[in-house]
Amino acid sequence: SSGTRLENANPLIFQRSGERLVTATDEDEDKTKIIWNRTLIPRVHLIRSINDPEHPLSLEELNVVEQMRVIVNDQESTVSVEFTPTIPHCSMATLIGLSIKVKLLRSLPDRFKIDVHITPGTHASEDAVNKQLADKERVAAALENSQLLEVVNQCLSSRVM
Amino acid sequence: MGGTICLVISIFPDLFLGSLMLAERSCVYNILINLMESREQELKGLGADFVFGFVQSVDGERDPRNLLLAFQVARNIINKGYDLGKFVEELFEVTSCYFPIDFSPPPNDPHGITHEELVLCLRAVLSGTPRFSEFLLPLIIEKLDSDVQSAKVDSLQTLAACGQTYSHKELAEFLPGLWSSIRREVFQTASERVESAGLSALGTITSCLSRSVLDSDEEDALQVFLNLVLKDCQHHLCEPDLKLVWPSAKLLQAANGASYRASLIVTSAVIPALLEQYNNRTECAQRRTLLEVIQGFVLPTPLSRPAEGEESVLVPFQQSLGSVVFSALVESSTGLQVTATRVLAALGQQPGLFTPPDVEKAVDHLTRLSLEEEDSQLSLAVVECSGSLAHLHPKAFISRMIPRLKEEIFSDPATVSDGLSQSNGAVRQRCVMALASVSSQASVVTESAPVLLQVVASAHAGSCGFSVEEVISVCISLEKIAQHTPDTEEIGQFFHDIIIPRLFGLALKAVLQSHSSPLTDEAVLSAIVPVISTACAGLKAELASHMAAQAVRLFLNGDVSFLPENDFPSQIQLLQSHAESRGPSQLVCLLMACVCSFPRNVDIPEIDRLLVQLEELSCTCPHVFAYTFAAKCFAGLVNKRPAGKALDAVLERVLKRISVEFENVSSTQRTQAFTLLLWVAKALLLRYHPLSTVLTDKLFASLSDPELGSKVADGFRVLMSDSPDVLNRNCHADVRIMYRQRFFAENSTKLVQGFNSAEQEKKSCYLKALSHIVNNLPRQVQLAELPALLPLLLEALSCPDQGVQLSTLSCLQPVLLEPPAALNNQLEALFTRLLALTTSPAMNVKIASLRCVHALSHLPEHMVLPFRARVLKALALPLDDIKRLVRKEAVSARGEWFLLGSPGGR
Repeated sequence: SSGTRLENANPLIFQRSGERLVTATDEDEDKTKIIWNRTLIPRVHLIRSINDPEHPLSLEELNVVEQMRVIVNDQESTVSVEFTPTIPHCSMATLIGLSIKVKLLRSLPDRFKIDVHITPGTHASEDAVNKQLADKERVAAALENSQLLEVVNQCLSSRVM
Repeated sequence: MGGTICLVISIFPDLFLGSLMLAERSCVYNILINLMESREQELKGLGADFVFGFVQSVDGERDPRNLLLAFQVARNIINKGYDLGKFVEELFEVTSCYFPIDFSPPPNDPHGITHEELVLCLRAVLSGTPRFSEFLLPLIIEKLDSDVQSAKVDSLQTLAACGQTYSHKELAEFLPGLWSSIRREVFQTASERVESAGLSALGTITSCLSRSVLDSDEEDALQVFLNLVLKDCQHHLCEPDLKLVWPSAKLLQAANGASYRASLIVTSAVIPALLEQYNNRTECAQRRTLLEVIQGFVLPTPLSRPAEGEESVLVPFQQSLGSVVFSALVESSTGLQVTATRVLAALGQQPGLFTPPDVEKAVDHLTRLSLEEEDSQLSLAVVECSGSLAHLHPKAFISRMIPRLKEEIFSDPATVSDGLSQSNGAVRQRCVMALASVSSQASVVTESAPVLLQVVASAHAGSCGFSVEEVISVCISLEKIAQHTPDTEEIGQFFHDIIIPRLFGLALKAVLQSHSSPLTDEAVLSAIVPVISTACAGLKAELASHMAAQAVRLFLNGDVSFLPENDFPSQIQLLQSHAESRGPSQLVCLLMACVCSFPRNVDIPEIDRLLVQLEELSCTCPHVFAYTFAAKCFAGLVNKRPAGKALDAVLERVLKRISVEFENVSSTQRTQAFTLLLWVAKALLLRYHPLSTVLTDKLFASLSDPELGSKVADGFRVLMSDSPDVLNRNCHADVRIMYRQRFFAENSTKLVQGFNSAEQEKKSCYLKALSHIVNNLPRQVQLAELPALLPLLLEALSCPDQGVQLSTLSCLQPVLLEPPAALNNQLEALFTRLLALTTSPAMNVKIASLRCVHALSHLPEHMVLPFRARVLKALALPLDDIKRLVRKEAVSARGEWFLLGSPGGR
């Protein structure tokens, strides 16, 4: 690890938002379904702890994912996530996108349609990456590739301290 | 004389040839160790030949057991001053070839040698002498380049160990190389172990250099080294947004904490730069980071603390630090305020940093924050800071904070509009907490506790609109203050003279008067109990005896002379059963708090008469609150009573009484008798009294009782868990160690038999009792007993009672983290039942079962992989659960199951 040079050795870091507090409504057995979003409640909590492939930091700490760029619509069962690579030429963008997508596939009920794309104007090859991420078959094929799956799984493992 | 030498000389060549078997080599090492103990002088007479012989004999040793012995010989050679002659490098080579140790014991290793043991033994050899330094340091630098994390950690820890024995001379040549390796590791690592090993290595190098004697014509080695560190790290502190600010700060803080001299150099460079940065930046997030970094430099470590006659290294920056902290305390960002509060606490603890006006200013800030701040994290930080400052500067708190808090607590809520009354309650709550937190010195307690008592009195009188919750939180604060009674005799005296009599007096008035007072509320009385019991448990012997006598006279004879405002009726009968529930008999809880909490050597006067009356009250009183506390009080006294005729008589009488009431199925007082039985059983069980089995057997037998079975099953929780207010170690009860294990060992078969022979509809009581018992056992015992109990626990999972399900799940979950072999054959049944419970109607059951499913993903892959598809499918359902907490558990469990058996997962 010492020999390889990082693309961005000293990135900007952002504060983690901390665990969501458990409220009385959460613990109350009787309250009926609180819909995932009343209108558009952000669901960044599912993906904020994904690890960056290069740094021992989470995507949230690097500001790759933010609350306001995650949009959930429960009634229509759709989720849309925009992520922002730390630098415009980041070679890891596709991998990060794929990790987010896989994490959501594993964590959300089947009924959700998941859309993951790069925040407009933040990456050099934005269109190409978005196209790859939107293509179901290519995502499926990527996950058949055991080397790629390995890296994705590492991003999704809880951080070893 | 010659014999030893002959022996040694004759065994070396054989070893060298490697012709001996493992066991014989081990024998030889043991001979050497023994000879080194007994014939040190003779062996030393051999000179360097002995070392040479040893070096040759160890060469090529591979067995870990023998290596441990060989390392021990090598350590003796080094520590006991054997002549190494020209064989220094050889001795180093023959041991260092094992560094870093790479060893994992085979499964079911009968010898029990651990990686850790080998590492520590080898480290003691390598770092044992400075003469190895020229070979060891380059080796460490080389191994730090390794990709293996444990090698890095081992290298850094070995380096740290060297720092203890080396001096500047040995380190000098390698300092730049060592520093750049350490810096690289701390900057880049993802692992906290590597980071902390790196930081402590830097710390020991720095303190080693601090020890070196200054030479007038040479440069100061410490200064030179720290300049290197400062040059590489300091500029990162000026970029509070970037990642490297933290590793840099930690490195500088590690160097700073290594010695007083080092902290002089580091703080004089870093603090002005940080303060300047702070003043130049305007964003709160950046200021917070900078202040957090400053916080790490402010508190001296044991090594860097100024000696007698030296002053704090921060004295030159005293004013500017103070003004930064005070300005941060009025910022709008809570995070920044929290950090500022912590820095304030750290500064305030060091003598000479705060002038009296500074202290007053600090107290005013803290008072303001206590009154105004709603954020829970900040309130907590303010409470902690007030606590630590008040211990050192009680006068400022007495004159400035307490009067202000008092005023706020008693401000009339009627003047505040309705919408504000809730937030007013929150302010009162914070004031009450703040009063407790500052009261660690007797001088403060005598000012703050009366304010709290006044709240209780006003609540009783019905003025100022104090709610029941507020009175309870006042009691919690009084309890916190009472925790200081064992440390400070004056505080104990104050509780004895003022607070306890006043609480008794108020409670007595409340139960005697006709209109209802909040003090007769059971929740309030239960909150007063821990105040009295904590205070009484901490009283010195003389005060305790006095208090005991007063309390007993009050309850037995109605003697109210020790209570303040003596306007009570003359004929008070406190231990009589009354028809109304809010009657004087409620006060038996306060009697318990008092007489059951004293140290065991304190005599309770008239104890026999007291026990008779308590027994009567607990058997005849119709109110749960009173008869339960009477039973607890009885049990608390019985537990501490020395063994002997007197105790036997008491027990004989009470057992008879219980039997009569309990066995009379038509009796209206069976529940009372059961409650007394339960608590007396607990009192005796805790002290291993021979009669305890008679009582617990009665409990087991009653599990099938049609009327009380379920209550009896829940009683086992009382029996096995610590009760907070009586019969625990804090109130000096006679609690023998491992009573739970013993109880379990003696009774588990009875329970299983009872279960097997019980009718179908009564089985759930047995399962409930079992889950209460197993749940309270220490983990090790749970693991050992699980094989026998597993079928029963699985049965309990399919029992429809949610309480049983929940209790079983919570006892299974920790066991599943380290599963015993017996689980292998039961996995199918376990998965079926757990997955069914993930869709239970009860939220808590869903959450607990999901946690168990999560834990199962950590079992060895070959065991659980067959269940993967089934689990993933079943967990898709709770992903869409209506409760967020359930979804959260489902997401984390399902995520782990996806990783199972997948590349890059586990």
